[in-house]
Amino acid sequence: MFVYADNAATTAMSKAAAGTMLPAMQELYGNPSSLHQKGREANMALIGARETVARCLNASPKEIYFTGCGTEADNWAILEGARMGAEAGKKHIISDAIEHHAVLHTLAKLEKQGFDVTYLPVHENGLVRLEELAAAIRPDTCLVTVMFCNNEIGTLQPVREIGALCREKGILFHTDAVQAVGHVPVDVEADNIDMLSLSGHKFHAPKGVGALYCKKSIKLKNFIEGGAQERGRRGGTEAIPSILAMAAALEESCAHLQENMEKVTAMRDRLIAGLSQIPYSRCNGDPDRKAPGIVSFCFEGIEGESLLLRLDLAGICASSGSACTSGSLDPSHVLLALGMPHEVAHGSLRLSLCEYNTMEEVDYILEQVPEVVRTLRQMSPVWMHMLEHMDDPYQ
Amino acid sequence: MAMEYSEKVMEHFAHPHNVGTLEDADGIGEVGNAKCGDIMRMYLKISEDEIIEDVKFQTFGCASAIATSSIATDMIKGKPVAEALTLTNKAVVEALDGLPAVKIHCSVLAEQAVKAALADYYKRKGVPCDQCESCGCIHEHDHGEEE
Repeated sequence: MFVYADNAATTAMSKAAAGTMLPAMQELYGNPSSLHQKGREANMALIGARETVARCLNASPKEIYFTGCGTEADNWAILEGARMGAEAGKKHIISDAIEHHAVLHTLAKLEKQGFDVTYLPVHENGLVRLEELAAAIRPDTCLVTVMFCNNEIGTLQPVREIGALCREKGILFHTDAVQAVGHVPVDVEADNIDMLSLSGHKFHAPKGVGALYCKKSIKLKNFIEGGAQERGRRGGTEAIPSILAMAAALEESCAHLQENMEKVTAMRDRLIAGLSQIPYSRCNGDPDRKAPGIVSFCFEGIEGESLLLRLDLAGICASSGSACTSGSLDPSHVLLALGMPHEVAHGSLRLSLCEYNTMEEVDYILEQVPEVVRTLRQMSPVWMHMLEHMDDPYQ
Repeated sequence: MAMEYSEKVMEHFAHPHNVGTLEDADGIGEVGNAKCGDIMRMYLKISEDEIIEDVKFQTFGCASAIATSSIATDMIKGKPVAEALTLTNKAVVEALDGLPAVKIHCSVLAEQAVKAALADYYKRKGVPCDQCESCGCIHEHDHGEEE
């Protein structure tokens, strides 16, 4: 059996996206900036795609800027938020410890430029606490950036409440919603969001396209100098096929949001219940505020890369936050921020589902993972040392 | 960052040789630490005439840590102790048809595990071992160091 359970890394393109993209690649080749009929045709399609994306977020089309990826949107939003703050003499930013590197590395760059960044702790459940955010706000705070949904553990932050607090204090609020858009309800008005980043390939659109939502009242400056594309803010001829495919994928995801959430949540809960049966395992993240599709576990006594590759041999595509899979010496910063010891964080496994998965696949995962964990434990000196202090759960 | 493992590495990872423990081992060595993500423990059964009659290992670590342990045990099994002492991480890498640069430290760990087990064997016999002065309690290893 083959099971793709790495949908938080990227998703397969939907029929809606591919079905929009292929003819667009062949027919809609005009440059939207051209005045002739092929240009106008492409421009009309672009206008339609912008309206669709805006509608799905409850935004207005003028608030949507198409980008090359979610990372670009994060960079743009944060650098602009910082610039606007600095112009008002405010150089303090608040974020948290489990952001994506697109946010963390942008903040690190700003720190080198003299900005002061407070990284809120997330505690064991991976959640930012509102009272700690309130306490961190200073007179010179210009920007708060907290992700909507964490990519490793699936924790859903209290975005609406954070946004409300920022509104009250007059501070700009950006959220990296790359793992949320198309998977959980996102409403920029109701959720009090000033700026939001999204990425197409996380909801069945192609790679290489994303968007930034930026509230009308915010005076965004140019990110890429060039032509008049994206209202002059981001030069470069628009990737029409990709943008149209993203709009089609988002429209479909939003139209089926409730039913997809129900289906994926049921599979997730079965997966969590099954994996929890494995001795010395723990499910990471908050048990209640959780994305429908993201399941993160740690299994003591084994290392994640081995687990991942053994599962790959069994036909299951997953991911891990172990150091060996990150290419660095340290395991995932997200798992460490939860207070997890290094040796436990090394044994992490992330399975991320979408509406294309089936219960049969979940059952297959539940057949394979316990076996692989057991095999690896049997050859692990760490597990053997653990057995000196506990009864062997496999006896 | 996708890494390419050789077929040899994947073969030893999927079906490692000499996994387990030896009840009556003449030398046991353990190197690495769980914080860094890899630990190797090696058990040796050594005959009167200093031939490594049997060897077993246990490893906590990534695919290359398991593969280097497996092939290192193959390389010393049935060999004289003197020959096992000359095992190098480079030979381990070559036997596996190469390792990704960031995984070279796994081969260093495999060499150290063999030498730590041999040091333990000499220690038990009360014989000073100058050929394996670098072994013993080695908990430091080079990460990402190309051969």
